Amino acid sequence: MLCDICAKNAATVHLTEIIDEKMNELHLCEECARDKSAAMESQFGLSDLLAGMVDFQKPFSKEEEPVMVKCPACGLSYADFKKVGRLGCAECYNIFRKYLAPLLKRIHGSNQHIGKRPMSCPGKIKSPVPKIDKPRACLQELKEQLQNAITQEAFEEAARLRDQIKEMEAKASKHKES
Amino acid sequence: MIRSKKWKPKQASIKRANMQIDDLINHTSEWLKGTGPNSDIVISSRIRLARNLNKIPFPHWASKAQLDELIDKTSLAMSKVALLKHATLFKLANLDSIDKQFLVERHLMSIEHTQKTEQKAVLFNEEENIAVMVNEEDHLRIQLLQSGFNLFEAWEIINTIDDALAKFLDYAFLPDFGFLTACPTNTGTGMRGSVMLHLPALVMSRQIERVLAAISKLSFTTRGLYGEGTQASGNFFQISNQVSLGHSENEIIENINGLIRQIIEQETQAREIMLSKSKDVLEDRINRALGILKSARIITSQETVELLSMVRLGSDLGMIKDIDRRTINELFITTQPAHLQKLENKKLSAQERDLKRAELIRKKLNLL
Repeated sequence: MLCDICAKNAATVHLTEIIDEKMNELHLCEECARDKSAAMESQFGLSDLLAGMVDFQKPFSKEEEPVMVKCPACGLSYADFKKVGRLGCAECYNIFRKYLAPLLKRIHGSNQHIGKRPMSCPGKIKSPVPKIDKPRACLQELKEQLQNAITQEAFEEAARLRDQIKEMEAKASKHKES
Repeated sequence: MIRSKKWKPKQASIKRANMQIDDLINHTSEWLKGTGPNSDIVISSRIRLARNLNKIPFPHWASKAQLDELIDKTSLAMSKVALLKHATLFKLANLDSIDKQFLVERHLMSIEHTQKTEQKAVLFNEEENIAVMVNEEDHLRIQLLQSGFNLFEAWEIINTIDDALAKFLDYAFLPDFGFLTACPTNTGTGMRGSVMLHLPALVMSRQIERVLAAISKLSFTTRGLYGEGTQASGNFFQISNQVSLGHSENEIIENINGLIRQIIEQETQAREIMLSKSKDVLEDRINRALGILKSARIITSQETVELLSMVRLGSDLGMIKDIDRRTINELFITTQPAHLQKLENKKLSAQERDLKRAELIRKKLNLL
């Protein structure tokens, strides 16, 4: 049996498609089957499913629609995330925190991590260097405040917080080097 | 055996890399040995951790230069970890398509990792139980594969590797969201535990749909032999957790273990019922499967997996005495397309492979 698409190679893959309740049998060679499966993948992948989930929840009114918010670290916008279903970098989690928290809750049933923490991070389970914990924790709070300021469009406050964060990060890296 | 010296980043030349991959063909992965708890029903247990670094975008969003930087950074860190001392790093850009497929068949990397391979790498050790994919969906995907039902032991080893890596790498982590991953479905622990089960009696007694439906209701997923996007075949099912946030690693493993124990119980019962009610029919099916494998001249990989599944059941039930579990496990892997092409050392068409596959199986099973 020859391939239904190229009619050159022998058909080794047998596929049943159901389109509009009509069943269609396809007999394909390996090469055409690979192209076909790639096409199907791009039609409907996990990212679509996830992007769909982002849409389903719709907890925001039109004005609040976060599509225009961009991550300053990597440039990914919330619209990009909705399209590809993947975030751009670690900082995106801070920038889109307000929208990600309900999404994570929807996916996992929770948005509070209670598992392992890396040694260098503050935590209840392992905190071998408590001295470093405090400024880090403050930094975290400041970043959250900055995020809130940005979403509320309080730009003066945001600028002040941004400078404070920069200063703290500089201190922390000096501390690390020494 | 692979001759892996302590590898140094940036030095894997094409020739050396290929030579080492070729060496794997005569080597049995640790997880295929058919040992460990409940290894009559559980093929393997696997834990993988998704990890990313701060300040470098996730792979799909990063530039080539950033991804190269990431390979250098992580490979240097991995070279300092005791448990990875005898591991070898391969840049996927240096491997041909058969090599890549070969590594997928050996469960050392995912199918996704064979696509757009320019800035991707994979590292694994001699025993092939530890593997790290660099620049797959996340910066690092660390996996540990064990023979039998052994998730806690796998967790202990992978946890040690993870702790050691964290000393050298600035992991992306937030106290409330946990480890940060490209896709929010992995955020939190970044952990997925999966167990590969062989459930022929539940399939034959048509109870499997009921079991699978119950599994999905409990927010676990079922996949086929090769993970994400593959269908279950030959009565093999890979079951893993879906939720990675809001539970500790130990809780997640305990939950999977609880579910797996129940499925093992059900499969065992189904096997006992078949043995008591229709032993003759079962014995006939198993020996017919063995007969075809021992004498077929042309055989597809799908048919091979289905028949080997029956032979494995026969071996587990003591109906087939002269073929051990390890030989059967090995055949599942060596009869896959890229393995056949590696054995023959050339590209083979699907028809040529079906011939070679039948020949390989006849040799293996008739020698015993």
